[in-house]
Order: sequence, then structure tokens, then C-alpha cells
Amino acid sequence: MSAQKLDLSLYGVLVAAGILVPLLAPAFTSQMAILWLMVLMAVTWDMTGGQMGYNSLGNIAFFGIGMYASAVVQIGIVYDVAEYTAAFGAIKVDFTVEQYWTGLLLGIGFGGVVATVFALIIGPFMLGLRGPYFAIGTLGLAVAVAELVSGWSYVGGGSGISMPVFPGEAASGSQVFYVLLFVLAILAHVVIRAIYKTRFGLAINAIRDDEDKAEAMGIHTTRYKVTAWMVPAFFMGMAGAVFGNMSGFIEPLEVAFPTATFGIFMVAMALLGGKGTVWGPVLGAILFHIVKEVTWTHLLGWQWVALGAIIIINIVYFQQGILGWAQDRWPSLFGVTVDEKTTRTGQAEAAK
Amino acid sequence: MLDNISILFQAPIFAVDLLVQGLLIGGIFVLAAYGLALVWGVMNVKNLAQGDMVILGGYVAYQCTLWGIHPILALPIAFVVLFVLGWGVYAAIIRRVVDRDMFTSLLATFGLSLLIQQALNLRFGPEVKIAEAGFGTFDIGELSIPAIRFVGLGLAAILAICIVLFMRNSRMGQAIRATSQDPRAARVLGINTDQVYAFTYALNAAICGAAGVLVAMIWNIQPFYGLVHSIRAFIIVTAAGLGNLPGVIVAGFGLGVWENYSGFIFGAEFAVAAVVGLLVVVLMVRLFQMYRLRQVVR
Repeated sequence: MSAQKLDLSLYGVLVAAGILVPLLAPAFTSQMAILWLMVLMAVTWDMTGGQMGYNSLGNIAFFGIGMYASAVVQIGIVYDVAEYTAAFGAIKVDFTVEQYWTGLLLGIGFGGVVATVFALIIGPFMLGLRGPYFAIGTLGLAVAVAELVSGWSYVGGGSGISMPVFPGEAASGSQVFYVLLFVLAILAHVVIRAIYKTRFGLAINAIRDDEDKAEAMGIHTTRYKVTAWMVPAFFMGMAGAVFGNMSGFIEPLEVAFPTATFGIFMVAMALLGGKGTVWGPVLGAILFHIVKEVTWTHLLGWQWVALGAIIIINIVYFQQGILGWAQDRWPSLFGVTVDEKTTRTGQAEAAK
Repeated sequence: MLDNISILFQAPIFAVDLLVQGLLIGGIFVLAAYGLALVWGVMNVKNLAQGDMVILGGYVAYQCTLWGIHPILALPIAFVVLFVLGWGVYAAIIRRVVDRDMFTSLLATFGLSLLIQQALNLRFGPEVKIAEAGFGTFDIGELSIPAIRFVGLGLAAILAICIVLFMRNSRMGQAIRATSQDPRAARVLGINTDQVYAFTYALNAAICGAAGVLVAMIWNIQPFYGLVHSIRAFIIVTAAGLGNLPGVIVAGFGLGVWENYSGFIFGAEFAVAAVVGLLVVVLMVRLFQMYRLRQVVR
């Protein structure tokens, strides 16, 4: 089976699962919505982390920025935002159905755009940092943005914003957000996979392998790096906007900028599945989410300690991840051809 | 914000108070940053669990006060406990990431930091804790300063001097410095570098533990404060550069002063943002210095 066909059939499996599970088991709809969110996070993280070698610990900043941008737009088209947030949820604004939907769609688009613009502005500075400095810098960036937002009274500060209530039944609301996250996750994967096939994908791989050499070969590295960071920012911003509406209430430290949960989950998922592979982050996200949901409630508070242990074990003992390991083991399945002359076994056979 | 600045000019004694308090706090930042610089320089590991080891040391002191031991006596206890723990962490985790790329060590220690903070949260709960040392305050002119801050700074200075003397004069200190210069040559000359690495990491953990006892005495501790302590240590080391002990000391005191002033001027809700924002600023400044270097080469 060619790689093209394999990819198509995997998309088929994902879409089938995405459509069938909420129909057959409606109780799992919100669970599955979170799963798609995690797939999106892992896949977009892998674009800079796996394919470009820039391991960001702060992509969650885009998520929160998109969430807040959409909240401001959605409330702003009907009511004065400063007044609304100053009342700490005491003001109930009645949204007509039409206002709600225009607000939601505008908010999602606006969330994506604002996060992308943020990446465009901050990118040239942050992406000048190499290796671990980039990781620490982006971690600091995410924490700094979260702290700044929690001190900014216009968007409600630390006490957050209540989002507009979905017009209609709660069950159909959760279905709408499920569909939105599902479409976003699949779209993100299709777009990013398509990008990997272009010259752009080759350029960011070259940056990962040797940045100075890539620059010497005439690749305008900063431009490529910033563009490559804007793609995850766009999708994370839109996902943040949807997730904010899904949770109904947003607040800076736990919902919008959860550095210690989603912020580190996305790295752990991409590493678990195998970073730098097309399907690794998806596999990692699905496995991680299933394991987390099955074991979490039985661990009685120790789940976060277990999370730290999982990350350590994953990074120290099993860094290449599941698909990375499979790729080393059976390279031909992944369309990778190994020149036998350069490997040790090949040289031994040639010597015979 | 402007109002707060004008207060500083109208009441200069207030400004002096902030300065003194900042300098007294800064001494503790120097300790943790020195430990980070040690591990970074010797074994090329960036320890993101630095701040959580500080907080862990603070909880050792807190536990000691619960058992009726004075927190100053808890200082050697925390030193020993964290030394043993650091050795264990090295044997289990760090040994396997020393030779790998730096992101591996960074992420592994980030996992360690999550593990420590969550375990502390389970054991002690999320409330802010203080290890009460029971010293009063004393007055210099119009200033009123808690005596424990001076005691803390004095203890930090004694500890720092001991460590510097140890690094200069003892056989192990010489071995550590030799390994940091050239690990391969050190191995050829019969130094057990694995043991040196283990000792360095354990020493760093012990320094953090001692700093944590001081933090618990003169400030406060909470399971999730560790990340900010780590970021402080990174700011100081990045600003000072590796192997620059006077620079680390100046940057540490400077950071303490900056934190007190910014907390006053921007308001307490931006205190953390001011520290973390400074990290981004310091990294940017370093970046532009690098750009200038590259242009000279061209």
C-alpha cells in the first residue's frame, strides 16, 4: 500500500470515528471533543517542534489569546466589554440567535487572526533564540501573557469572563462545539500534511537538521521560521475560541493559559507518538487521552505526579516515540529508503 | 502607575526601604542561580526543576517547625536531605540525559518539576506556608526591617563562601572544575566523571534546599511557586553569563531590587509578570548581542 493510500484510509478511519462515536455513544461527545482538541494541539506543536526542531513550551499562549480575542468580539458586538467584565457576571446579556451565531463565527476567525498576528510580531524575536533558550523563552512568554491578562481589568482580570450562553439545548450545544473542534483538527492535519509536501516543508526540515547550513544555502531562515510558527498559532487561536465557548466561562490561569496541563500535554503527546512524523502526534494524542481518561479517576489525586513521571520516562527512555521507533525498525513502510552501503550491516556484507 | 512613582519621589524613605528589602531578598536568588550555573557549566544540563528544589527545601523547614525544630537548625537538615535526593535523581534520570541534546534535559527536568510540585501539593496542600523563625523587627532611622532578613542574608553569604572555598580547595572541587573544562581529558586523567556529575547535581540540589529554607523563613512557600524561582535563576545566569560569579551576585541583587520596585510601581498583580517579562527581555538582549557578533564576522 502506497503512503498516499495509507494516509487516505487513515483519514477515512478518523472521519468515521468522528462521525460514528457521537451518534452511537452520545455520552462521550464532550470527551471526544477534548480528544480532537488534543489531536489539534499535538499536530500543530509538531510542526515547529518535530519538523523544524524548535521545541516550544509556550504554544498555549496562542490558545489563550485566541480565546480572549473571541470573547471580546462576541461580547463586544452586543455590549460594552469593559462594563460587562466590571460587573463580574452580574449583567446578563440576552443574545438573539442571530447575534450568537455571527458572534461565534466572527470570534473564531478573529481568534485565529489575532493569535497569528501575535506570532508574527513575537516570532522574529523568539525564533532568534536557539534550542533550549527558545524553549525557556516561550515558556516564560506563556507565563508572562497569562499573568498580564490576569492583571488586565478590561478582560475581567483574574476573575474571568462568562461567555454567551448557547441558544438552545445544552446537548445540541455540545454537539456544535464537537463538530467545530473535529473539523478544525482534521483541517489542521490536512493543511499541515500538505505543507510538509511542499518546498516549504523541505526548508523547515533543513532548518531542523542544520540551521546555519540552511542559511548558507540561501534559505531565509527567519522568514521560514516565523511563517512556520504562524500556522500553529492560527489553528491554536481558533481552537481556543471554540474551547472558550465550550467551557462557557474563561479565566486566565486554568482555562485560557493552562501551561501545566494542555501546555505540557501537547509536547508529551507529540513525543509519545513520535515527533517529526505525520501521524505520530495523532496516535500519541489518542493514546494519551485514552490512558488519561481511563486511569485518571482511579489515581486519587496522584494523577499529576504520574503525569510528571510519564513525561520523564518518555523523554529519558523512549524519546523517539512509537512511530519514530517503528520508522527505525521498518523504514520501508514509511517510504524511507536506507542506503545499505552507509549502514554498519551493509558495510559488513559488502566486505564479505 | 504614575501615582506610585510620584509616591517614591515624595517619600524617599519608601524608596530606600524597597531598595534594602530587595537587596536582602536578592542574596537568596544568588544561591539558587549559583547552583544552576554550576550544573549548567559542569554537565551542560539546564535544570528546570531548580525552583521546585528550592520550594522542597522550604517544605523541609516547614515540616521541621511542625516537629518543633527551629528553622535555622533545619538548614543543615534540608542541605543533607536534598543532597541525598539530588544524588538519587541523578542516578535515576540525569545520568541518562547528560550526553543528549539540551532539550532532552530541559524537558526531563520539567517533568521532574511537575512531579515535585504535585507531590508537595498532595502532601501539604495548596495554602501559602511560612516557617516562623520568631525574630522581631528592628529600626534603622525611619526604616523598620524584619531581623530575619538580615539573618537570612548572613546565612546565605556564609553558605556561598563555604561553597566557593570548597570549589577552590578540595579535591572534589578541583575535579568538578577539571570536568567542566574538558570532560574527556578529565576521564583520561583518572577522574570518575560520572561520580563528579552525581556530586555536582547533588550539591546543586543541596544548595537549592538551603536557599529554600531561607525562602520559607523570610518569605513564603507554596507548591506552585517553584516555576518562578526557576525563571529567576535562569534570568540571573543568562544575564551574568556562565562562570561569572561576581556577575551572578550583582544580577541576583539587581533582580531582587527590580522585583520590589516593579511590584510597587505596577501593583502586586503584575509582580510575577514583571519577573517573567524580564526573562524575555534578558533573552532578547542576549540575542541582539549575538546578532552584532555575527555581523562582525561578515
